[in-house]
Amino acid sequence: MDSFWSVLFSTDFAFSVLRVTTPILFAALGALISNKAGIVNIGMEGTMLVGALTGVIVSAYTGSAWIGLLGAVMSGITLSAILAYFTLKIKTHIILGGIAINMFASGGTVFILYLVSGDKGTSTSLQSKVLPNLHIPLLQDIPLIGPILSGHNVLTYVSLLAVAGVYYMLKRTPLGLQIRSVGENPQAAQSVGISVGKIQFIALLLSGFFAALGGAFMSMGYLSLFSRDMTAGRGWIAIAAEALGGGSTIGTFLASLIFGATNAMANALQILKIPSELIATFPYVATVVGLLVYAIVESKRKKRKKGI
Amino acid sequence: MRENVLEMRNITKVYQNGVTANRNVDFSLREGEIHALAGENGAGKSTLMKILFGMEAPSDGEILLRGEGVRFQTPQDAIEKGIGMVHQHFMLVPSFTVAENMVLGMEPKRGLGIHYEEAVRMTKALSEKYQLTVDPRAKVESLSVGMKQKVEILKALLRGAKVLILDEPTAVLTPQETEELFKQLLLLKQEGHTIVFISHKLKEVKAICDRITIMRSGTSAGVFNMADVTEQEISRLMVGRDVMLKYDKEESFYGPPVLDVKGLTYVNALDKKALSDIHLSIRTGEIVGIAGVEGNGQAELVKALTGGLDGRVQGSAKVNGSEISNLDIRSIRDLGISYVPEDRMSQGAAKEESISDNIISTRYRSREWNKGLFLKGKSIVSLAEKLIEEFKVRCSGPAQPIGMLSGGNMQKVIVARECSIDPILLIAEQPTRGVDIGAAQLIHQKLLEMRSQNCAILLISADLNEIMELSDTLYVMYGGELVAAFDKPSEVTEEELGLYMLGLKKQQGEHAGRSVTSDAQVL
Amino acid sequence: MLKYFDVIRTLVSVAIALVIAFLIIAMISDQPLETISIFLLGPISTTAQIGNVVEMSIPLMFTGLSVVLLFRSGMFNLGAEGLFFISGLVAAIIAIYASMSGFIHPVAAILAGSMVGALLSVIPGIMKAKWNADVLVTSLMFNSILSGIGLYILNYHLRDAAAFSNVSFKFQETARLANLIPGTRIHTGLILVLLCIVATHYFMYHTRWGYELRMTGSNRAFAEFSGIKTARVIITVHLIAGFLAGMGGAVEVLGMYSRFQWSSLPGYGLDGALVALLAKNNPLSVVGAALFLAYIRIGADQMSIMSDVPAELVSIIQAIIILLISAEQFLKMWKNRQLLKEAEKLG
Repeated sequence: MDSFWSVLFSTDFAFSVLRVTTPILFAALGALISNKAGIVNIGMEGTMLVGALTGVIVSAYTGSAWIGLLGAVMSGITLSAILAYFTLKIKTHIILGGIAINMFASGGTVFILYLVSGDKGTSTSLQSKVLPNLHIPLLQDIPLIGPILSGHNVLTYVSLLAVAGVYYMLKRTPLGLQIRSVGENPQAAQSVGISVGKIQFIALLLSGFFAALGGAFMSMGYLSLFSRDMTAGRGWIAIAAEALGGGSTIGTFLASLIFGATNAMANALQILKIPSELIATFPYVATVVGLLVYAIVESKRKKRKKGI
Repeated sequence: MRENVLEMRNITKVYQNGVTANRNVDFSLREGEIHALAGENGAGKSTLMKILFGMEAPSDGEILLRGEGVRFQTPQDAIEKGIGMVHQHFMLVPSFTVAENMVLGMEPKRGLGIHYEEAVRMTKALSEKYQLTVDPRAKVESLSVGMKQKVEILKALLRGAKVLILDEPTAVLTPQETEELFKQLLLLKQEGHTIVFISHKLKEVKAICDRITIMRSGTSAGVFNMADVTEQEISRLMVGRDVMLKYDKEESFYGPPVLDVKGLTYVNALDKKALSDIHLSIRTGEIVGIAGVEGNGQAELVKALTGGLDGRVQGSAKVNGSEISNLDIRSIRDLGISYVPEDRMSQGAAKEESISDNIISTRYRSREWNKGLFLKGKSIVSLAEKLIEEFKVRCSGPAQPIGMLSGGNMQKVIVARECSIDPILLIAEQPTRGVDIGAAQLIHQKLLEMRSQNCAILLISADLNEIMELSDTLYVMYGGELVAAFDKPSEVTEEELGLYMLGLKKQQGEHAGRSVTSDAQVL
Repeated sequence: MLKYFDVIRTLVSVAIALVIAFLIIAMISDQPLETISIFLLGPISTTAQIGNVVEMSIPLMFTGLSVVLLFRSGMFNLGAEGLFFISGLVAAIIAIYASMSGFIHPVAAILAGSMVGALLSVIPGIMKAKWNADVLVTSLMFNSILSGIGLYILNYHLRDAAAFSNVSFKFQETARLANLIPGTRIHTGLILVLLCIVATHYFMYHTRWGYELRMTGSNRAFAEFSGIKTARVIITVHLIAGFLAGMGGAVEVLGMYSRFQWSSLPGYGLDGALVALLAKNNPLSVVGAALFLAYIRIGADQMSIMSDVPAELVSIIQAIIILLISAEQFLKMWKNRQLLKEAEKLG
């Protein structure tokens, strides 16, 4: 038991929470934006995967991690653009569209990986690059906080900045106002000349952008290669985090942190012989419970209102 | 003669489900007029205006703005050309403030963000200019209906609307609010704005409009200067009373009361008395009509009788002695009560399912149509065939999905379903709304037939002609109360009814509802 | 013509997906024509290959049928995935530990798997029916939860340390499903699934419950209005759909393997959504849809063995089919023209 607590309260643990949270947080922010516009994008998992692979391939061919990152982001945006075209323009059901994206990604990434590297499992034969870790001067020297906050991959800092950015965007910018109006009352938005389709298109692109950042972190930060199905359900955890976060930026951030912590805790708890398979289900159980509580409260409220 | 600001020529709109909402409609507006667009519900007014506002694309026809051909593909196109619309269902985002709603889509910016103070200032300035007082910082969800409407009008004006379309603006307003609105509209007219006033309230139309275009079943039934046309003529053109609605009603012999409502009161979630102390009784072989402007408690009354309300209901509603106000719809239907709902799309039918599936929905549970768990397929099909023939439903057969039928034919199927189970009480809510004349006549005939077969019928309709012609006893509902009762409805004038419907008059003394019943029993 | 609109759209979608696949093959393969012919004809080249197609279609039919019921009742539930997996595991436990005679053993294992599937499936169903909790999200969460629990049971309790990978102990011979056609691995599960399909078809179109299910799915407000207790319908549908998905998992495990060896969700649940989509939510069409899907998969497998194009090409084909088939506006122009013509005819 002691060893468990000592692990849990170590700076290493806090550091790894942030590290593990990064991809979840990116994708959760993406899910948040599209949900705010009234679109449920369940293609996050697939988009992350495609981003992860593209980052590796592009960085290997260009020799630059940064161009790789750009490639990853472009691939995520492109994939979302395809999804958006089908769902918004020719009205493919959005959920089925998301399934299609995931299906394409899980097989398609292996397909492309094989064509590029001749291997169906990992990208070890590719000389892909890794995004740098940042050691922040001054901050890194502060005891306790320094080791937790400094030395992370650049994308981890980007993800934290993205929380503030998304918060500001949704609350205080014209785009944010329009995204929220489209999600809350599309007819109202349409009646003042906002193109609902265009806003939803932008929201989907943004969700693809963030998912791809999460994917790029997986293959160019968390690990230094691509491997088949390497996102391992993080896209789904992100959707869960958004749901648990109650559709707010701060809530989504906190839920992502909780899920990141759960992930990080898996190692710590193994010391206590609690199997990692079960710990991995924690975010999902929490989300189901969260949704259930929310649904019960909501249906009670509705019942009271019924009959107006 | 002033010039036409706007002309719509030969507009036709066929929806994807095959329903024709507008057929070769011409419509024109003169600079600075208030132009009424009148017609029954479903006559095609809203569709025409949606086309003008770029929300629907016409299947055929052209729009000329100051003589120039225009195509509005989105509301944005229309807004840019100075056309604004205030919808019947408000187009506001509830969680936003008034100012946020005002500037939505045209936000003033400071840096990357929204300049909120500027939005507040703009709202204030405009609201002072047009004397439409609103609080820019209030959340819209907390505003009254009249307030929300002001925000809507301001929104259109902020976007530079010169032509303002108001879709049944008074339907949701109190009389005071209506009066205030009219003053504001006249003010706008003075400022040079052109206003389209969609309404079926003739008094209001007469009061403030310069010209009127009358719509009837998707076509234009004429354009008139308001001074040259009487309300009677308008109403005749709107509903075509001269063509339809003269039925030879058999003398009916009322039996014992089937439905007996006593002191029914319902307070809704907003703590408003939606129903207050309703007394009502319907006997076998009797059609009781309830007239009134929509939103005066008719919907709540129907819900109370069909299991749609829970809690907060006082008083009693009995069918043949058993209390129904606390039952769910299944138990109510099991007592032999039928119900034709107001909204055939959302409640009345399952669009993708076949006609025969839609016909058996209220009877498949009975022994006649199933052997235990299994349905009697053949009998069901032959029932559907019989009803299709009896109700002259135009379709390719019982297996056709009901959603592919026109509105009138779909409604015929629904009425056929509800009437063919030999109910003891039939509740018909707007049974002919938005259907063609042929279908309406057929449905009316059917209701009268049911009456001769001793069914008790509660008819709720906003269509005065229908309700006056069919009812044996007619009540008027206003503000959740029955304010008038007539036992010879066909002899009452529309004008008189209108006074009650608009709350200008109320029968005094004994309770309006109760008095008729007791009178009739004496007779 | 309008009547066949859905069929035409489905066929066109499939055709476009295949054409794109051929183009990809043409671009990357050294011998494109040969590769395409392996892809197209491989699955019917030998009896064993035909057998592969049929045996792969069995789980697809089970999950497809389960999803058809859910979609038809208006429930966007993708939980067949997790149920298939966990029920397979339950069947495996009984196949390993229980001793019964040859006929009873698989029946008991399949029933146990099906019941577990039904019971787990009903949880999101109740949450939806009673409190209107989003069934899509809860069912997706359940997939991950069941996968975690299943893997835990496999790794900590069923794992055969003597085996080289993460697989369970061997099933007892009595538990395995009998072979149906010599020369193939087609097992008696085929008969079971075909019976289920016919029964479901009959259930859906000729019984009161099926009627209630369709009306609830088509328009819940209408169903309520007609006096149908839709909450009960939703719960019942979840029970049956879970039962079928669970049976699929159990049958697959007992019919195809001698040990439980899935180290992650096998994907048949989401495939079920694709089958339901191809079958246009019609139980009888599930047979054709599942066979088609199995066919292109076996074709792709053959292709990857005998040529230079990887089998994962299939996932690209599937993605395209899903995008097109569920696209309301796809080919809509054509449909609208037909509609306008009909409207004109009527005047």
